[in-house]
Amino acid sequence: MKHKRSLLALPYVGWMALFVVAPIVMVVVYAFTTAGFEPTASNFTGMGTYVSIFARSFQLALIATVICLLIGYPISYVMAKEGPGFQRVATVLIMLPMWVNFLLRTYSWMAILENNGLLNQLFDAIGLFDLINGLFGTDLTYFRMIRTQGAVVLGMVYNYLPFMILPIYSVILKLDRSLLEAAQDLGANSAYVFRRVIFPLSLPGVLSGVTMVFVPSVSTFAISRLLGGGTHMMLGDLIEQQFLGGAYNPHLGSAIALVMMLIVIVCMWVMNRFGQGEEQAVVL
Amino acid sequence: MKKRTALALACTLSASLALSACSVERVDGTSSPDANASSSAASDGQRVLNVCSWGEYIDETLIDEFEAQTGIQVNYQEAPSNEELYSRLQTGGANFDVVVPSDYMISQLIEEDMLQPLDYSKIPNFEKIADRFKNLPYDPENLYTVPYTWGTLGIIYNTTMVDEPITSWSALFDDTAAGNTLLIDNSRDAFGIALMYLGYSVNTTDEAQIREAYELLANAWDRGVYQGKVMDEIFQIMEGGNAAVATYYAGDYLSMLENNEDLAYVIPEEGSNWFVDAMCILKDAQNVDEAHEWINFMASTDANLRNMDFIWYASPNEEALEMYPEWYEETYGEPLDLELYEIMAAPQEVLDRCEAYLVLPQDIRTLYNDLWIQLGT
Repeated sequence: MKHKRSLLALPYVGWMALFVVAPIVMVVVYAFTTAGFEPTASNFTGMGTYVSIFARSFQLALIATVICLLIGYPISYVMAKEGPGFQRVATVLIMLPMWVNFLLRTYSWMAILENNGLLNQLFDAIGLFDLINGLFGTDLTYFRMIRTQGAVVLGMVYNYLPFMILPIYSVILKLDRSLLEAAQDLGANSAYVFRRVIFPLSLPGVLSGVTMVFVPSVSTFAISRLLGGGTHMMLGDLIEQQFLGGAYNPHLGSAIALVMMLIVIVCMWVMNRFGQGEEQAVVL
Repeated sequence: MKKRTALALACTLSASLALSACSVERVDGTSSPDANASSSAASDGQRVLNVCSWGEYIDETLIDEFEAQTGIQVNYQEAPSNEELYSRLQTGGANFDVVVPSDYMISQLIEEDMLQPLDYSKIPNFEKIADRFKNLPYDPENLYTVPYTWGTLGIIYNTTMVDEPITSWSALFDDTAAGNTLLIDNSRDAFGIALMYLGYSVNTTDEAQIREAYELLANAWDRGVYQGKVMDEIFQIMEGGNAAVATYYAGDYLSMLENNEDLAYVIPEEGSNWFVDAMCILKDAQNVDEAHEWINFMASTDANLRNMDFIWYASPNEEALEMYPEWYEETYGEPLDLELYEIMAAPQEVLDRCEAYLVLPQDIRTLYNDLWIQLGT
């Protein structure tokens, strides 16, 4: 019986083998070979030149993740507390943007953030520039928003915020109410209940939210291309450049991708350990 | 658990073996091509053709007409750049018959033995291609290619945002429009511009000259001259008046002009790059006869006229080039703006100032790539 049931997992195992494990194996093979498929480690020795790109990617992704958490957690909390009608509407509103293609949405941000974009036109229409110019004697006609690091972070937060909200929301929603009641019965006020019961119990949701925001943010290239305008190269751009730039070098590209994956895995591992510690503290 | 891991590994290995076996067979091309052609629906007698070109680079009614005339089903696909096309050809899996790369990429493909010589007896329309577009350096004996379009690279600028007309590449490096200049996001073109400004050949392999060009770009970069590096986003940016000066292709300038009439185009006095995109058949193409029919059809005067009118890139077909102003007047009932026509199809004296790209050796391509990445860090 048990055997038969495990057969049901076969399609999934096959799928994973073909489209997850096999590509990773190929990346590893490429990373450790030269163009003629001779084994080498030379793809990794030159990695030092890209330290600043690695640092920038992780820094921007971290900022975006923190912002997503700061915005996403309160929303999830409020949503989970409200009635089912509110929850349905809020869920749809959060999911709604995801029905539009990711690239289209990012392109739209370009139109909003441009020097003559919608936002600057709005500022102009409400007389913001006149006010500032009057106060400080400047001759501002627009705020430079597009093609800055800030725009890249904005793009990440906008695109990945739902991935932070939804896991936290579903964890808080499923919290055992009796635990909260017990805490209140024992004399905890609501802030104390939140700090000692709700927040620790919602950590698994936070962790999966952080993962789902951080990982795609680190490796994005479309957002940094469109909103960053290539002014601050990120890891995704760097890897893309090895495949689609003038010097076709999939081996170096794979090596960079592999290092990125390893760093991400280490980050996740550290965070998960930290998370487990918290959970144990709660149990204790 | 262990068992499952082993199973997964086995799956992986067998899958990757199967995949690599496929690709080896495909690259060799020696194993009977008919066996492979099953994937192209040859079994039911339907003739097919796989074409890969650039985005918005054809009047699509021509595809329908070709299909109706010949009964060949055309799978028309698009690639964003020569480099991406090359990458797709390298990684395999893309079974194109006809591709339309630019000059320097064609010489690279010829060098790497990825194209097959054409049978010009099946392409009678090749005669109509102007002689000046034949036997060009990328295909000196003209064995592999039939030109599709040609054009120039130049400066596109917004006349309301600069003080006087731009005539030199210096506008991209000095403070003409500091903070409002767009750098083209393609290392070959970006370095090419700097090299032309410095008076060097765009095909130089002298590392010192390339590094000098890099210093010029890096210096302007550090002074904040550039808003960013862009490719096709340029349409939205320039049309909306969000940047003053940029570099792009003549045909695309004409498209932008339709949406913003303040834009001007100039080929700087130092000269510029001119390019030819040409149709070629890949070595491992499975539908060689159909490919020849397609190339002959696309080289015809009628196809060239309609294509030129649609995509605003100049045709290499002598007849079409001469007839176009007249054809335009007949079709639209108003005369063609000859100034615009000269931007699309630059006169020979302008072309004489321009230099075409040749393929660079691998070490120089790597140098370009490394310096380009350095510019962004």
